[in-house]
Amino acid sequence: MKIFEAVGRRTCEMASSAAADFAFIGETFASAASMIVRPRNFRFRDCALAFERASFNALPVTTGIGFLLGLILAFQSAAALKMFGVEVYVSDLLAIGLFRELGPLVTAIVLAGRTGSAFAAEIGTMKVDEELDALTTMGLPPVRFLVLPRVVAAILAMPVLTIFAELAGLVGGALVLKMMDVPTVVFWRHAASVTTVFSISFGLVKGALFGGLVGLIGCGAGMRTKSTADGVGVAATSAVVGGIVAIAVADGLLAYLCYLWDL
Amino acid sequence: MSDPIIELEHVDAGYPGAVILHDVSFEVRRGEIFILLGGSGCGKSTVMKHMIGLNPVLAGTLRVAGEEWTRKTRAGLCRKIGVMYQSGALFGSMTCLENVMLPLEEFSRLSRTARREKAMSLLADVELADAADKMPSEISGGMRKRVAIARAMALDPEIVFLDEPSAGLDPITSSALDDLILKLRAAKGMTFVVVTHELPSIFKIADRAAMFDKARRGMIALGDPRELRANSKDEFVRKFFNRGETHG
Repeated sequence: MKIFEAVGRRTCEMASSAAADFAFIGETFASAASMIVRPRNFRFRDCALAFERASFNALPVTTGIGFLLGLILAFQSAAALKMFGVEVYVSDLLAIGLFRELGPLVTAIVLAGRTGSAFAAEIGTMKVDEELDALTTMGLPPVRFLVLPRVVAAILAMPVLTIFAELAGLVGGALVLKMMDVPTVVFWRHAASVTTVFSISFGLVKGALFGGLVGLIGCGAGMRTKSTADGVGVAATSAVVGGIVAIAVADGLLAYLCYLWDL
Repeated sequence: MSDPIIELEHVDAGYPGAVILHDVSFEVRRGEIFILLGGSGCGKSTVMKHMIGLNPVLAGTLRVAGEEWTRKTRAGLCRKIGVMYQSGALFGSMTCLENVMLPLEEFSRLSRTARREKAMSLLADVELADAADKMPSEISGGMRKRVAIARAMALDPEIVFLDEPSAGLDPITSSALDDLILKLRAAKGMTFVVVTHELPSIFKIADRAAMFDKARRGMIALGDPRELRANSKDEFVRKFFNRGETHG
């Protein structure tokens, strides 16, 4: 009987947690809709601050990782392609792979680890310090005040970070091919020939979507923080794990949709 | 000091699935300093959370300024109350002045200059005009609480709730805070509801008090704390006011 009781309790907890998550997402969207009607109520200053932290401050990390990603991919693929004497096609592989897939994906994972956890920790600490209660009793909904500016900042930051990571990745690839005696100009010409406006924009839109997910999950984890000794730590961990899982699931769905619609 | 501004009728206080206090009934009169008191974990902060609309009551009726907390009345009631939390709950990314200006920015129609002047005047009321441009992390715990009181009073609320204002403060700072509450009540005529178990504060500022007991899960005394100390027949009440020692 105890097993059934435990399963039942856990199921109820999961259902209640899912209901709370849906309510939070609904409130965020409702709040976003009301901001469109009354933009004066949007916290532009908080959004700008969050954007600065999520984008410019994260630029060295994401650009560095993008550069290394391009470097590693180029080394790995060049070794195989060299056997057929077509190592120049590494540039095609990198351009297509980075712009459509790896650029937004890797940047979003870095954003989840860096910014998603920071959002969770900031809001979680505010919750523990009763600042969320203070907002509520002042008649200021915490979602409008804290969540919306951060989610918008994450959505705007991702395309900026993604484009820098992608360009850095290409530079990394160009360096590797240069070492293999492929002229840099040939590398860039090949890369440009397979890069379309659609593939660049698709990657950036995908990045913005991932940014929204990271922001939403990070802020949601912060809002659910418990007032225990490890509450903020648990919230930050949950923001990172939840963010990465959501990015992977969303990426899988987008890949399937692209296949269906032949994009 | 007669008409009730907060009324609790047969209220069950607590959280869904956990009743902490059962069948609580009392009223807070306009203009008085009313204390919610009792031992640690007895539910006094829970009662305050019901009063300020953070949690709904589990049973019974709670009216603030004649209205119950509902989705429709929430916005109006939030303008009628100001709350100072135990930690101060100041926003760490804003200066003290910006913290006090926040409710004015969101809800008043004052110009920026007028908002700034009003916030400075509130900070002067709590004797912290000098700290206006400091961040909350740069001032002491007692100062943070005074800034939080200034913020709570920004929209000229009818009722100010103070959660454990003396907690973590030395006796001199705590006494100064009590003087400030008395001064503000005299100057602005607001109603104060204070959660505390600090006896010197209670005897200094309270007009009336409601005492709760964890073991009996209810309210066990209501009235002037000085009279309760002198005349109560309840052993817990006498023990509480005599710092754990019962005398006759």
